[in-house]
Amino acid sequence: MEPILEIRNVNSFYRIGGSAFSKGRTVQVLKNINLTLYQGEVLGLVGESGSGKSTLAKSILGMTEYEGEIIHHSRRPQMVFQDPYSSLNPAFSIRRIVEEPLIIYGKYNGAERRQRVEEMLAAVGLGPEFHDRKPRELSGGQRQRVSIAAAMIVRPRLVILDEAVSALDVTIQDQILDLLMKLRREYDLTYLFISHDLNVIYQCCDRVIVMKKGEILEENTVDGLFENPRHEYTRQLLRAAE
Amino acid sequence: MLDIKDLRVHFRSEPPGKDAVKGISLHMESGEILGLVGESGSGKTVTAMALSSLLPNARAEITGKITFNGMDVFSATREELRALRGQSISVVFQEPMTSMDPTMRIGPQVEESLTVHGLYTPEERKQRAIQAMRDAELPDPESLYRKYPHELSGGMLQRAMIAAAIICDPVLLICDEPTTALDVTVQEGILNLLKKINREKGTGILFISHNLHVVRKLCTRVAVMCRGEVVETGDVDQVFFHPQQEYTKRLIAAIPTRNRKR
Ligand SMILES: Nc1ncnc2c1ncn2[C@@H]1O[C@H](COP(=O)(O)OP(=O)(O)OP(=O)(O)O)[C@@H](O)[C@H]1O
Ligand SMILES: Nc1ncnc2c1ncn2[C@@H]1O[C@H](COP(=O)(O)OP(=O)(O)OP(=O)(O)O)[C@@H](O)[C@H]1O
Ligand SMILES: [Mg+2]
Ligand SMILES: [Mg+2]
Repeated sequence: MEPILEIRNVNSFYRIGGSAFSKGRTVQVLKNINLTLYQGEVLGLVGESGSGKSTLAKSILGMTEYEGEIIHHSRRPQMVFQDPYSSLNPAFSIRRIVEEPLIIYGKYNGAERRQRVEEMLAAVGLGPEFHDRKPRELSGGQRQRVSIAAAMIVRPRLVILDEAVSALDVTIQDQILDLLMKLRREYDLTYLFISHDLNVIYQCCDRVIVMKKGEILEENTVDGLFENPRHEYTRQLLRAAE
Repeated sequence: MLDIKDLRVHFRSEPPGKDAVKGISLHMESGEILGLVGESGSGKTVTAMALSSLLPNARAEITGKITFNGMDVFSATREELRALRGQSISVVFQEPMTSMDPTMRIGPQVEESLTVHGLYTPEERKQRAIQAMRDAELPDPESLYRKYPHELSGGMLQRAMIAAAIICDPVLLICDEPTTALDVTVQEGILNLLKKINREKGTGILFISHNLHVVRKLCTRVAVMCRGEVVETGDVDQVFFHPQQEYTKRLIAAIPTRNRKR
C-alpha cells in the first residue's frame, strides 16, 4: 500500500491574543500525532467533542501552526468543513462556488466547467432552482451539500470530510454516502472521515482512529474497533451509542 | 401554549407559488416536548424562525396565525415582540458560528438575554452564565467565559448556544439540530439537561432534528415534515413503529445501522 499522507510527531498550536506588536501566546492542542493514510482507504476519526479532530484536519491543510512533519504525496487535498456557512463565500452564487475550484484548476473551458457543475450539483440533490441562490438562501443541509460538491468537483485524491453528512436527514445522508463511496471506487480516492455517528463510521471506514484530549488513543481496523476495542474510552463510546 | 394555524412562508426572491412552508398547523401544550423531523430543506428552520419572528418582512411573506400563550404573534407590538424573543422564546440555532458574534467573548454572549433586559448585577450574571455553561456540559466554563467563538470546537459552540438559550428560563425553547456536532456521550448529557429543565421548570421544547433515535429519547409527540408540509403527527412510538406516510417510512428505513457496509 502506498502512503498518501504521513504525519510524524506532530504537535499543533493555536496562537491567541497576538497583535501587530506582540506574538501573543500559544496553546497546544495536538500532542505527538503519528499517522499514515494509505492510498484508497477510508480512515475514520472519532473522539470527544473538543478532542482535536478539526484541528488535525486543519493542520493537514496547513491552517494551524505545528511542529513535526506532515508529508503529502498528493496535490490539492480538499476539505469539507464542519461549519459549511463560514466556509462558503457569501457573495457567490451556488453555481459559482462549485465552479470556483475548477477555475483555479484551470484544465477546463467554460462549457465543460458548466456541465461538470450541473452534474455535480444534481448528484448531491440540488436541482437548477438552487443554482442562482446565495448560501444564506439555503437550508443547513443544502449548504452542507454545496460544500461537498465544491470539494469533490476536482476529483481530489485526498479528501478530508469533517462531519460532512451530520446536518443531513438520513434519506439524503444515505444518497450522499453512496455518492462518496462510488467516487472513491471509481477514482481510487482516499478519505479522512470525521464523524460522531459510529454507525456511519462502521458502514464507510476501513480503519478508525480514536482521539481524546489531543492524543490518539487507539488505532484499529473497523471490525477490530467494534468487536475488540482496546481502550476503555472506546468501550465507553460504543456503550453510549447502543 | 403554542398554536400554529395554516402557517405559510414565501421568500420574496422566489417565484410566486413556490412556498418554503406550505400552510402547516402545529399545536403544543405547555410543558410539552415536541419533535420536528424531516427532510433536508423541508422547512423546519424556516418554521422555527417564523415562530420566533426572526424572518424580516422585507425578505419573506408570512401568513397564517401563531398564538403563543394567548398572544397573537403577528399582531404583537414591537415591545411585546422584544419581550417574547428575549425572555419567553429562546432559540438554539442550527449553525452556531453564524448566530454568534465573532468579535465578542463567549461569556457576554451567553448572558446577553439577561443583560438586554437589565436583570441582575454584572457579577450575578457572570455566575449564572458560568452555571448555564456547566449545565450545558461545557468543561472549564470559567476559562471558556473569556474565549472568542473561533477558539471553540464545533460541539463546544453548540453547547455555548444552548447555555445562552436556557439562561433566561424561557417558556418555549426551540432547539434546531442542537446535537448534530456532538459525540454520543455529550449528546446524552444534553438530552438529560433538556429533560431536566422540562421537568423542573416546565419549559416547553420544540426539538428539531433529523435523528429519529434522538427524538425518541426525548419527545412524546413528533411531527414529520416533507417539502414544506407536515405529513404526519403523532405519538413518537406510534410514528416510529407504524409510520403512515411514504416519507416517514423511508426516513425510518434509512437510519444507519451496523448490519451493512458500503
Ligand atoms: N482558533 C483556535 N484558537 C484557540 N483554541 C482553539 C482554536 N480552535 C480550536 N481550539 C481549541 O482546540 C481544541 C480542539 O478543538 P477542535 O475543533 O479540533 O475539536 P474537535 O475534536 O473537532 O471537536 P468537535 O467534535 O466539537 O468539532 C478545543 O479545546 C478548542 O477550544
Ligand atoms: N432566504 C431564503 N431565500 C429563499 N429560499 C430559502 C431561504 N431560506 C431557506 N430557503 C428555502 O426554504 C426551504 C426550507 O428551508 P429550511 O432551512 O427551513 O429547511 P430545513 O428543514 O431546516 O432543512 P435542513 O434539515 O437542511 O436544515 C429550503 O428549500 C430552502 O432552500
Ligand atoms: Mg470539529
Ligand atoms: Mg434547518
